[in-house]
Amino acid sequence: MVMSWIWTGMVLASILCALIGGSGGALAAAALQGAQAGVGLAISMAGAICLWSGVGKLMEAVGITDRLSRLTRPILGRVFPSTRSDPALARNLSANVCANLLGLGNAATPMGIQAAKRMRRGDTATGELCRLVVLNTASIQLIPTNVAAVRSALGCQRPFDILLPVWITSFLSAGLGVAAAWMLERTGRK
Amino acid sequence: MTDYIVPLILFLTAAAALGRRENAYDHMLRGASQGLELLISIVPSLILLMTAVYMLQASGAMGMLSSILSPVFSLFGIPPETAPLVLVRPISGSAALAVGADLMARYGVDSPVGRTAAVMLGSTETTFYTISVYFGAAGIRKTRYAIPTALFADFVGFLTASWTVRVFYP
Repeated sequence: MVMSWIWTGMVLASILCALIGGSGGALAAAALQGAQAGVGLAISMAGAICLWSGVGKLMEAVGITDRLSRLTRPILGRVFPSTRSDPALARNLSANVCANLLGLGNAATPMGIQAAKRMRRGDTATGELCRLVVLNTASIQLIPTNVAAVRSALGCQRPFDILLPVWITSFLSAGLGVAAAWMLERTGRK
Repeated sequence: MTDYIVPLILFLTAAAALGRRENAYDHMLRGASQGLELLISIVPSLILLMTAVYMLQASGAMGMLSSILSPVFSLFGIPPETAPLVLVRPISGSAALAVGADLMARYGVDSPVGRTAAVMLGSTETTFYTISVYFGAAGIRKTRYAIPTALFADFVGFLTASWTVRVFYP
């Protein structure tokens, strides 16, 4: 329902702006060009998306996710203390984080939801649940495959040369987000 | 260094699968067809949203939005051209993809604006969607500080994206 409002609002805004600026003649053509551009973008992204989904599936089969889980456990134990007394929660959480790191969004969400259900205490969000949500809303994907697909679709020679800024940005936003959640939890308790 | 990351990932995962006597090619095929399904599921929304984005662009609304928000964005060092992307990113993933792709095409994939848009897209998530999925599944009604904190993390992401691009590609 939200998208209906947004879409209608976007079209209304462009009609109003065209009326003010007198650029109405281009509007109808732009609508059709946009629709065509959507198809073009999807087709030119298809190869990269299929390739990475294939590699992602292979990573799951090889058990890279399991190995990554073991590496991330000590850090997760600090951010989510109750994982120490609940091994099932620890498994769900690290699977969620690792699937996110590898960009396997489809695998990450069910695991994260399992973890969220185990963390639940009544209908108020606990501190740990808030940190889990913040961690999932701040992308921690190591290989931004969709963006690389768009970049190469647009003729970029090195679609992955944005890796370093992406890593720094992901790490900072997730880290500061979780830190802020932690601080708010502390101040709330006093 | 980063030149070899992708080829090596391709090789190492396939080699690791072979080492485990897994049918590497078969797994990849299955994944690739899932990727195709994923793509088909986003194509309709991509078409509709690109229509709206192109209309906004042609009418001059994008330009107006950028120039209205420009003082605020410049204050934080974020390129004002990315204003539409910043506004739509937390709400809709496919709209963000449409706006981001449009920015990259318009200003050039390797331009500062195009790169900043790419980093923003690659290092943030559809915040409101994620929040509703998690809290909805867990049956949480009182979300406390989760939404402002998640938006704060997004804001940090937009800032850092702009700054790192400026530092790495002067």
